[in-house]
Amino acid sequence: MALTDYKDIIHRCFRCGYCKFTSDYSYLGFNCPMYNKARLESYSPGGLMWLIYASLIKEELTPSKHLSEILYSCTMCRNCSEECKFQFNEDIVNILKAAREEMVEKQLTPQMVGQFLKNVYDYGNPYREHKENRANWAEDTGIKHYEKGDEFLYYVGCVGSYDSASQKAARALGSVLVKSGLSFGILGDREICDGNEVDMLGEKGLFEFLKEENTRIFRELGVKKIVTLSPHSYNALKNSYPDEFEVVHYTQLLRDLIKNGALNVSGGFTAKVTYHDPCFLGRYNNEYDAPREILAALPGVELIEMERTRENSFCCGGGCGNFYTDILGSGTDAPGRIRVREARDTGASILAVTCPVCVMMLEDALKAEGLEDKLVIKDISEIVNEALS
Amino acid sequence: MDVYGSLVEIVGEGFVSNQEEELYIYSRDSGAQQPRRADYVVVPKTVEEVQRIVVLANRENIPVTPMGGGLTLSGLAVPLHGGIVLDMKRMDRIIEVNEKSRYAVMEAGVTQGALHSHLEKNYPHLEHSMPDAPPMATIVGNVVIQGHGHLSVSCGINSQMVNGMEVVLPTGEVCKLGSCAVSPYWFSRDPLPDLMGLFIGWLGTTGIVTKVSLQLFPKPKFRDLLTFTSDDLDLLPDFIFDITQLNLMDNLFIISQEWPPWAQGILYVPIVSGQDEEEFELKIRLHKELVRKYEGKVTLVEGKHAERMRAARLPVPPVTLGVMAADAKQGGGFEYTGGIVPIEKVPEVSSRSVEIAHKYGQPYLLGYQLLTGGHSMMCGLAYCLNRADGGDVEKIRNALDDTSKMILDAGGVLWKAEAPAQRLMVQKMDPNTVELMKRVMKALDPNAIMNPGNWSE
Repeated sequence: MALTDYKDIIHRCFRCGYCKFTSDYSYLGFNCPMYNKARLESYSPGGLMWLIYASLIKEELTPSKHLSEILYSCTMCRNCSEECKFQFNEDIVNILKAAREEMVEKQLTPQMVGQFLKNVYDYGNPYREHKENRANWAEDTGIKHYEKGDEFLYYVGCVGSYDSASQKAARALGSVLVKSGLSFGILGDREICDGNEVDMLGEKGLFEFLKEENTRIFRELGVKKIVTLSPHSYNALKNSYPDEFEVVHYTQLLRDLIKNGALNVSGGFTAKVTYHDPCFLGRYNNEYDAPREILAALPGVELIEMERTRENSFCCGGGCGNFYTDILGSGTDAPGRIRVREARDTGASILAVTCPVCVMMLEDALKAEGLEDKLVIKDISEIVNEALS
Repeated sequence: MDVYGSLVEIVGEGFVSNQEEELYIYSRDSGAQQPRRADYVVVPKTVEEVQRIVVLANRENIPVTPMGGGLTLSGLAVPLHGGIVLDMKRMDRIIEVNEKSRYAVMEAGVTQGALHSHLEKNYPHLEHSMPDAPPMATIVGNVVIQGHGHLSVSCGINSQMVNGMEVVLPTGEVCKLGSCAVSPYWFSRDPLPDLMGLFIGWLGTTGIVTKVSLQLFPKPKFRDLLTFTSDDLDLLPDFIFDITQLNLMDNLFIISQEWPPWAQGILYVPIVSGQDEEEFELKIRLHKELVRKYEGKVTLVEGKHAERMRAARLPVPPVTLGVMAADAKQGGGFEYTGGIVPIEKVPEVSSRSVEIAHKYGQPYLLGYQLLTGGHSMMCGLAYCLNRADGGDVEKIRNALDDTSKMILDAGGVLWKAEAPAQRLMVQKMDPNTVELMKRVMKALDPNAIMNPGNWSE
C-alpha cells in the first residue's frame, strides 16, 4: 500500500516507547537495534512515525537526506510491530516500507542503498557478481540443477550464493538434502535475487520485476515446492509471490525429514549450543519451533537459550540490506556485536543460526569482539550435516 | 569553536544533533502543549560530560532542558526557551542493588522497564514501585516529578522512596546527597539536611540528577485486585476513609469513564497482596466485608468485568486499559490534568470535571490514584486529542486550562503541571513562597540556564 493509504494511522503513534523493548523490558538493552545504537528519539519507531507524518504527509518538514539516513538505519526487524500495544501495530513496518518507497521516488535514498538496488537490477545480486558465478559454491558437491519432476527447488538466495561464510551453510544444506534422498535441484546461474530486501528498501518496481522473472522461471521449470536456505527468501517467496508454490524454510523440511526417519541424526554431534532466531523466520513468519526441534533431536546437543529469544530475539543488524549498506554502522554497540556477547554469556560453545545474513553479520561480529576462541557460529544445516557424518 | 563543535567535542558526533529531524522530535511531546523549538539535542554518557555541557551552557548562556523518558505529556522536557535538550537515557547503568538494605543505585537514564526486568531476573523477591506510565519512563524522571507507583498507598510516592542522589549543579559542580555524601552506602536520606528537596518538584530548574538510590520492597507472593462499583459520588470520601482505615492495600485506583458504558459510575480497584496465603485471603475478606457494610451503595463486581479489570490493572506495569483509553480518539495525543486534592474534595472535582469535559464536547475520562496511605488523591482528568487536527489540540488545551483552574479553585494543587498551569499556581501562591523559590533558583542557577520558563510568573 502507498503511504497515503496510511495517512489516518501514522499520527496515531503516541511515542510511548513500548516498541523499543522486548516483551519483558529486558535490562540487557533496547530491542530496537536502530534506537539502541543511535539513542536519539528520532531513531526510534515512534520517532520515525512522527517524522514520516511531518515530512511526507503534513509537509511541516522538507523530506531530506537525513530523514532517509534515519529511515534506512532501520533493519525492519519487526520488534516494533511485535511490541506496540495499539491496534495499528501490524501497520508499523508497512508504513516504514511505504515511506522508503517515497524516498526512492524522491531520489533521496542513501548512496549505498542506491548502489544495492542498482547492483540487483544490473547483476541480479547486490554484490555485482556475475551470474555465471552464482553456483560456484556448489562445485564438487554433487548438487545438480533443478530438473522437471524434482520434488523441491532448493532456492539459495544471494547471500548464501556469494558470501564466503554463508556458502558453507549453502553447501551443508545441499549435502544434507542429498543424504536425505530427496529429489531436488538448484537454479544455478538462472537464480536471481528473490527481492525481499529490494521490497523492504522500497523499490517496488524492481521487486515486481524480480518477482515476475522468478515466477516465470519457476513456472517454466514446473516448480511446485521450494525450500529456501534464507528466511529472507522464505519471507518473500511465501508471502509475496503467487501462492501456487509451496514454500518451506529448510528448518521445517529438515525437522520433518528427521521426524519421518529420512535423516538419522542420532550420531555424533556434541556441544552446548545457543540459538539465535532470525527476524524473517521468527517475528515475520512465526517459526520458532522447527530449529529448536532439530536441535532437540540431536542427542549430544544441550540448548541454552539466550535471555532475548524467540519473539524477543535481538536482530543481528543485517536486515533490509544493512548487511551490504552498513548504514547502521559498526562499533561496540553494533547489534551483531551485542548479540555475540549475549551468546557468549550463555556459556555455549556454538551460536546456531538459520539465516545466511545472520551467519555473515555474526561472523564479522565475532571477529570484532575477539571471541573466535570462545564461540563458533554454525548454521543449523552445518550442525545437521556434521551429525549425519 | 562554535557551540555545535564544542558539544561534539564533549559527547562525540553521533550524540549531538542540530538537524531539523531531531529538533522536530525534541520540540514536542504527545500532549496538547505548543511545540517549542530546541536548538541542540545532546545525549551524554557520563557525569563528566554533563558537567562539561553545563559549563559550556553557562559560558554561552544557552538554556538546558533535561529529559528522561519525555512522557510527562505536559511538555516539561520541551525547551520553552530553546537551547539544549539533554536526553539522559544513554546514562543507563544499574550500578548496584543492595539486597539486604533494599535499594538500587542507578544512572539517570535507567528506565522503569529496565529496573523491573533487572529485579525480576536477579532479585525476584524484590520490587520497586512502578508507575502507571509506559516502561520507557525513567526512574529519575518519575522521582523528580514526584510521580507515584503501584505501591503508592502502602509505601508512599516515588520521590519519598529516594535514599540518595548525585546531581550536577547548574554551575557544573557534582554533589552527592543523602548518606552517600558521607558513606560509600546509598542507604538513607536521613538524618541529614534534606537537600534532595532542592531537586524534587523543581522541574529541572535547579540542576540535573545523574544518579539516584531508590528503595526496593519485598515482592509479595500473592497479589490480586478487587473491583467495587458505586453510583454514589458523595459517598466517596467516607468509603475511602473506611477502606484506608483497614490499612491493607498496596494501591487504589478509582476509574470513572464515559466509555465503555460499564466503566461509568465509580469503579474502586484496590490492590491487595500478601506473603502468606492466609494473610492474603484475610485482606481480601476484610475488604469484601467492608463493602457489605455499604450494601446497596457499593457493590462487588464479579464475572467478566472483574476479569477485564484484573487483566488490565494487575500486571506491573499495567497496559491494556490505559492504552485503550488513550487511543479512543485515534489521534495519537493524550494529556491529563493531575490534580492532587484532599480526599473530601474528590466528589466536587469529579462533578466539575465532567462538566468541563462536556463543555468541550469530550467524553469524561477520570483516573484517580490514592496517595500515601490515604492522605490525598491524584485526580487524573484526561483528554484524548487528535494531533492531526490543530483545532482539536487547541480545544483540549483550553479544556486542560479550565480543569487546572477548577482544581486550584477546589483547593487542590497541580501535579507535573504544564507551564501555563504552573503560572496559575504561582499566581495563587503565598508571595513569600514565590520569593523563596526565586532565591533558591537564583542561588543555584545564577545565569538561569536550567529549563527556563518553568516555575516562572
